[in-house]
Amino acid sequence: MSLWQKHAILEKNSIILVIGILIVIAIGGLVEIVPLFYLKNTIEKVDGVRPYTPLELAGRDIYVREGCYLCHSQMIRPLRDEVERYGHYSLAVESMYDHPFQWGSKRTGPDLARVGGKYSDNWHRDHLRDPRSVVPGSVMPDYSWLAETDLDYAHIADNLKALALVGVPYTPDMIAHATADVVTQASADSPEAADLAKRYPKAQARDFDGNPARVTEADALIAYLQMLGTQVDFKLYDDKANIR
Amino acid sequence: MANAFASKKPMALGEGGLALAMAALAILSIVVAAKAYTPEFAFHAYLFTAASVAAVFAIVNRYYERPAEQPPLTIDGKPNYNMGPVKFATVAAMFWGIAGFTVGLYIASELAYPILNLDLPWTTFGRLRPLHTSAVIFAFGGNVLIGTSFYVVQRTCRARLAGDLAPWFVVLGYNFFILIAGTGYLLGITQSKEYAEPEWYADLWLTIVWVTYFLVFLGTIMRRTEPHIYVANWFYLAFILTIAVLHLGNNAAVPVSMFSPKSYVVWSGVQDAMVQWWYGHNAVGFFLTAGFLAIMYYFIPKQANRPIYSYRLSIIHFWALIFLYIWAGPHHLHYTALPDWAQTLGMTFSIMLWMPSWGGMINGIMTLSGAWDKLRTDPVLRMMVVSVAFYGMSTFEGPLMSVKIVNSLSHYTDWTIGHVHSGALGWVAYISFGAIYCLVPWLWNRKLYSLKLVNWHFWISTIGIVLYITAMWVSGILQGVMWRAYTSLGFLEYSFVETVEAMHPFYVIRALGGLLFLIGALVMVWNLWKTVNSAEAVEPAGVVLAPAE
Repeated sequence: MSLWQKHAILEKNSIILVIGILIVIAIGGLVEIVPLFYLKNTIEKVDGVRPYTPLELAGRDIYVREGCYLCHSQMIRPLRDEVERYGHYSLAVESMYDHPFQWGSKRTGPDLARVGGKYSDNWHRDHLRDPRSVVPGSVMPDYSWLAETDLDYAHIADNLKALALVGVPYTPDMIAHATADVVTQASADSPEAADLAKRYPKAQARDFDGNPARVTEADALIAYLQMLGTQVDFKLYDDKANIR
Repeated sequence: MANAFASKKPMALGEGGLALAMAALAILSIVVAAKAYTPEFAFHAYLFTAASVAAVFAIVNRYYERPAEQPPLTIDGKPNYNMGPVKFATVAAMFWGIAGFTVGLYIASELAYPILNLDLPWTTFGRLRPLHTSAVIFAFGGNVLIGTSFYVVQRTCRARLAGDLAPWFVVLGYNFFILIAGTGYLLGITQSKEYAEPEWYADLWLTIVWVTYFLVFLGTIMRRTEPHIYVANWFYLAFILTIAVLHLGNNAAVPVSMFSPKSYVVWSGVQDAMVQWWYGHNAVGFFLTAGFLAIMYYFIPKQANRPIYSYRLSIIHFWALIFLYIWAGPHHLHYTALPDWAQTLGMTFSIMLWMPSWGGMINGIMTLSGAWDKLRTDPVLRMMVVSVAFYGMSTFEGPLMSVKIVNSLSHYTDWTIGHVHSGALGWVAYISFGAIYCLVPWLWNRKLYSLKLVNWHFWISTIGIVLYITAMWVSGILQGVMWRAYTSLGFLEYSFVETVEAMHPFYVIRALGGLLFLIGALVMVWNLWKTVNSAEAVEPAGVVLAPAE
């Protein structure tokens, strides 16, 4: 009985009620979130994951802008059918430079975590322009304007700087070359391509949208899609070493 | 100013301070507009300029028009309630509700008939979907919550709303946030965190509005002439406080520049996923549950004219609900790269959450003890009771779906969409409709125009909800099963696009359900319009709700 009467203290003192609520709601979040920042086994130790190139980053920003994550996940679960359909299950390390993460919550379209290299640039071009031209049953919107819109990369170095501030290891060298790197990666046979690959190992440089005269939003988005899931070499990956 | 001195009318500190702050914001946003990196951001900066200039004019005008004295807190010993902001929020809720349902119907149709995306950037599913979710959750639901909370806190505390301009700043500022968020989505301004898509400057603005909201609400409670804080206000407080904490945690971001709409959140990858669903699930838990339970705790007893079923149950389920909900987020991340210990915690607490959820349902429904006959005669009460039944159903379905083995089938499918809508349409929208059907006659001092139309609204939308949910159950489970189907030779049986094609009939049925729900809401708008514009005023009923003891 006395306990019920004690509750009157909370009912009669608004500040005590406020403090009580704050304490009660703080516990769960603290227990679940804070350890993820210090437990070493949260993110696997794997080689190969690097920051996005400026062009890939611009493509990723377009992916975010258009809300692609609302229909496409980037998180392959360790279930038999998913591994067979999409490839090796996703590792935490593969999205460690993703601000914010793009794991998604709904698959109206297929998972894209390992779409990189699965289709040709041409296919992506056609598919973005008119998805039903290559996949008749698709319900994806047309994104034909992407190939007609010049990529706005005048301030791309600022994007890299902001990401460096939140912990992505962009070096001053990468930031200084950011604008030039966009053009280099979107051109076929650029003499600067070797330098780009030094800064960003395995970066693919070519004319992604088939329009050498311009750097379009389609260039950036396809460059991003073509690198998704290609960084970790699963021939070398030892999943036993990372049992959590 | 000369006039004011002549009449010896002092300008209140709040008036002067807010006018100056708004003038400063106007100048700042002009500078930002001039140097903005993108035309979209310049457009938003100009919206800020226009809104802050309008605010300065409104404040100064009001100063010249108002009497020298602040409005009295009581008149003849009765509280002098401030219902203006409540009326505004109620109208705004109906407006945004219709807008949000319409966009929902449109994007549902896009999934059935992709040609409706129109090959234009601002009409694609990807840009309209956040517009739909934000319009129904934050614009419709948010205005219902702000409006009802300002009403309920005044009536149950028997005190006038705290603050002079502050309550107006909250409702107008909040709706301005909605405008920025919504136009931003259409223009491609988003940080891609589900249910927290608005960018850094909209988030900053919302933070200011929300802190003011908290202060107004708490200030009113402190003014109360009742000794006890009524149970509805505990829920409103938990909602306001927790949403503030979640908003700050999930939206911690570094803008690319002051002149760019773009920012990057400080969290990344697995930690960001956990923070996002800590936020996302508790937007459900505190925005869409605790806040609307507060509505239930005021409007159901009031409309049924019965006391709350159990005071002790309300204490237990309140503390259990707010404690357990916070843990449930990881069930959105089953089988992902989130560590297993976190997934298991999320699942365990989600299952436990079933109990306090049903505590709330029992307390709401059993409040009708001794008044069950009103379900037959009062369609408004029926709507609210059915909403609590839907609450019970979706809070049973939720724990079920949080079980990992069930989630392996349901996750990424339409089952989730169906689950959300049984909660959103059945629970959140119905309790809101019920509350608004009560509020409009009370606020405008009129009799509700037609109970018959409420009945029509109820049945049309109930059929709509049933079509919606069942279509999504079937499509979700069907697609989940198709994804994992194997042939006798051990190959995956269906390509992905075959499973997409199989969804078509259910997407059509779902859109039809959405259409019925929208029609029901339009019937409601007509009914309320006729209510407000009817000539006859009624004497307010003098029933005062007793605090739970």
